Amino acid sequence: MERTAAVEMINITKRFGQVLANDHVNLEIRKGEILSLLGENGSGKTTLMNMLSGIYFPDEGEIRVNGQKVTISSPHDAFDCGIGMIHQHFKLVDVFTAAENVTLGTKDDKLDLKAVSSKIRDICDRYGFVIDPAKKVYDMSVSEKQTVEIIKVLYRGADILILDEPTAVLTPQETDRLFGVMRNMKKDGKSMIIITHKLHEVMDVSDRVAVLRKGRYIMDVATKDTNPAQLTEMMVGKAVTLNIERPKFENPVPRLEVKNLTALDPLGVKRLDGVSFTAYGGEILGIAGIAGSGQKELLEAIAGLQPVEPGGSILYYPGGGKTKELVGLTPMQIRRAGVGLAFVPEDRLGMGLVGEMGMTGNMLLRSYSKGRGIVADRKGPRLLAERVREELEVMTPSIDFPVRALSGGNVQKVLVGREIAQSPMVLMTAYAVRGLDINTSYAIYDLLNRQKMQGVAVVYVGEDLDVLLELSDRIVVLCGGQVSGVVDAAKTTKEEVGLLMTKFRKEG
Amino acid sequence: MARHSSGHERFLRIAKRDRMPKSRAFMIRVAAVLLSLVVSGFFILAVTKLNPIDVYKSLFAGAFGTKRRFWVTIRDTMMLLCISLGLAPAFKMRFWNIGAEGQVLIGGIVTAGMMRALGTSIPTPLLLVLMFACSFAAGAVWGAIPAVFKAYWNANETLFTLMMNYVAIQLTSYCVARWENPFGSNSVGIINQKTKAGWFPAIFGQQITLNVIIVLTLTVLMFLYLKYSKQGYEIAVVGSSENTARYAGINVKNVTVRTVALSGAICGIAGFIAVSGASHTISTSTAGGEGFTAIIVAWLAQFNSFIMVAISLLLVTLQKGAVQIASQFNLNDYASDVITGIILFFILGSEFFIKFRVVHRSRKGGRS
Repeated sequence: MERTAAVEMINITKRFGQVLANDHVNLEIRKGEILSLLGENGSGKTTLMNMLSGIYFPDEGEIRVNGQKVTISSPHDAFDCGIGMIHQHFKLVDVFTAAENVTLGTKDDKLDLKAVSSKIRDICDRYGFVIDPAKKVYDMSVSEKQTVEIIKVLYRGADILILDEPTAVLTPQETDRLFGVMRNMKKDGKSMIIITHKLHEVMDVSDRVAVLRKGRYIMDVATKDTNPAQLTEMMVGKAVTLNIERPKFENPVPRLEVKNLTALDPLGVKRLDGVSFTAYGGEILGIAGIAGSGQKELLEAIAGLQPVEPGGSILYYPGGGKTKELVGLTPMQIRRAGVGLAFVPEDRLGMGLVGEMGMTGNMLLRSYSKGRGIVADRKGPRLLAERVREELEVMTPSIDFPVRALSGGNVQKVLVGREIAQSPMVLMTAYAVRGLDINTSYAIYDLLNRQKMQGVAVVYVGEDLDVLLELSDRIVVLCGGQVSGVVDAAKTTKEEVGLLMTKFRKEG
Repeated sequence: MARHSSGHERFLRIAKRDRMPKSRAFMIRVAAVLLSLVVSGFFILAVTKLNPIDVYKSLFAGAFGTKRRFWVTIRDTMMLLCISLGLAPAFKMRFWNIGAEGQVLIGGIVTAGMMRALGTSIPTPLLLVLMFACSFAAGAVWGAIPAVFKAYWNANETLFTLMMNYVAIQLTSYCVARWENPFGSNSVGIINQKTKAGWFPAIFGQQITLNVIIVLTLTVLMFLYLKYSKQGYEIAVVGSSENTARYAGINVKNVTVRTVALSGAICGIAGFIAVSGASHTISTSTAGGEGFTAIIVAWLAQFNSFIMVAISLLLVTLQKGAVQIASQFNLNDYASDVITGIILFFILGSEFFIKFRVVHRSRKGGRS
């Protein structure tokens, strides 16, 4: 038993139904270190951390904090042990200020916002945060909201911080700033566990790496003694090449021309502001931007789901010198007009698929209205479902098993498989690999590349800049609903794209 | 520095189950019904000191004991089933149509009015076809009104359909007052008692054969409609996620109005059957709360028409038996309501145990 252990998790097991989420996991976090918890989706990282922060209770095993055995059965217990978790999805009250949010839920007798604010400033000075305690949350950027979440935990006196994918929503510059703060906290003796998928971040910020695979603890290793290839092998269980191909397609022709597209949300706020670009057949056009910069609205406008303001135009080139204007058409009209448009939306189960239905029912979504008569043809979709299941290796007990109960990767395979089966001319994907394991991600990149080489114009909205730079031919950068730049992916750098992502952002 | 946590693990925890095989889920449901009868038995014994077996015998006799009782039970089962069939498409679309009472009444008013006005001038078979069509249309309109408001202005359909019930009840009161017969009785009386014009004819010597034929035909049609038709597919998609529906190019507004109109129309048919095929009169109690009971039937059956047949029969049997228990053992009607309540409680409770399991503190891990 090392004396420097802040938290020990011993033989932790957790089951959900028959799924073994954690199988006798042992994990140790030492004082004053940053531990990366690495593993693919579904490997049990978040489950393990949720037991530390009191959201789940382990079926077996024990947790020790500073050598003492503890029972953590609520988030309140976790705070008593000095453990605080910063969740991926922020839990802040929008209409409150930073200070009000920080003090919310504490058991102080009286509310003294001045004292709270000065304590917040102390914390900021100590670790290098920048935040105005009087600023309302709805005025904050994503990075500022995250800062409030971290301060909230520190304010309650946490010594052990768990950060669940903190960089997923940040630009490269913001990520660097966060890592700076984390190093300052480490100097102050705090222990941190960071969950992330991005290997270069693991190498950058952590002291030690622990790897989980399929609910089992695989190993832990000092970061300086390892490298990304070895870590990937540990995560996946076999060696994986981490290169994304970018084959060259000769003679690209325009497929989709977007001109001066402006769109408002239901509250009248501009979500797209004069967006123009052209997507060519035989290229992957990456769309980069901070979350909520208009990516969703852009794709939905092209698909006929988001109304656009007058003056905008979306021209579709089916070939043979013809053009077709898509603005003003409903999704059904677009399909009936023979426009080869496929769309893999961000919200897979809430928009792209029907969760309660099996693969057959979901294949039917694109074809049910075909043919005369009142009966929907299920034979074609059934065959298509069998084909997709075989070609994309979808793991499902049966093609009639509800897709909601499948794992994230298999859900995405069903969706992508159906969209590609339409033989599209334009294929739009939003966050196509979000939450998928490494193998499935590479399978998806491969599918997109194959579509590209067949002359399809692929529009790829992504969040991982490394992937965008490797996979895309050109990248359109969105910032606040405007195009802040179009760059050649082979020649640009992550920093350049990162700066374009925040080009129009108001300072302060 | 060491801090102790005060927390304790809860004594019982609830954990989600995997999917259970259909056969095992079915066994659990059957066991739940049997168990509910045992518990009701203890309840009967404790409260009334009566032998539960005798009470159950009497309950059965009340529903099926004589030929007449048997046919009344079947007639009322068909009525409840018909309304449930009407509610199924709306609820499958997650449109909370609790306006079946009103939709039934509207169909009933139209039927009663036509029987009175046209009974002497149009031969009964043709009149029946006309009344069928008109009550269908009236129910459709009554259902479509809240649906339009929901589709175009996102009005809350639960409150809207509920309030439409009261409008329908007032309309019925108005018609009853207008059509009062004999004068001063405050009721419409049996319409066309002498001529039987507009009544369902007896087929194979049985007065309710046509009721059964119409409702069972609807049962099969509704099953096929929801399961195999394009429109049925649209209903399922809209019910699951409106966003997915829009993404797939489904016109959500149209589907909403169309589906609820159909829902109301079938409830209108139920009103037609209630008046022309059963009571031959109209009053504010023609729907008699069945419009609400049918919601339970539709949901318990998960919108499967054939399961609805069984559940309707079970509920009506309990209702009929209850009356018998009340008179035979000198209990009041509430005793049987309690039994019905216990049985429903167990059926609904079994769904919980099919989806979840309970883990005891000392039994870490539990069985799967």
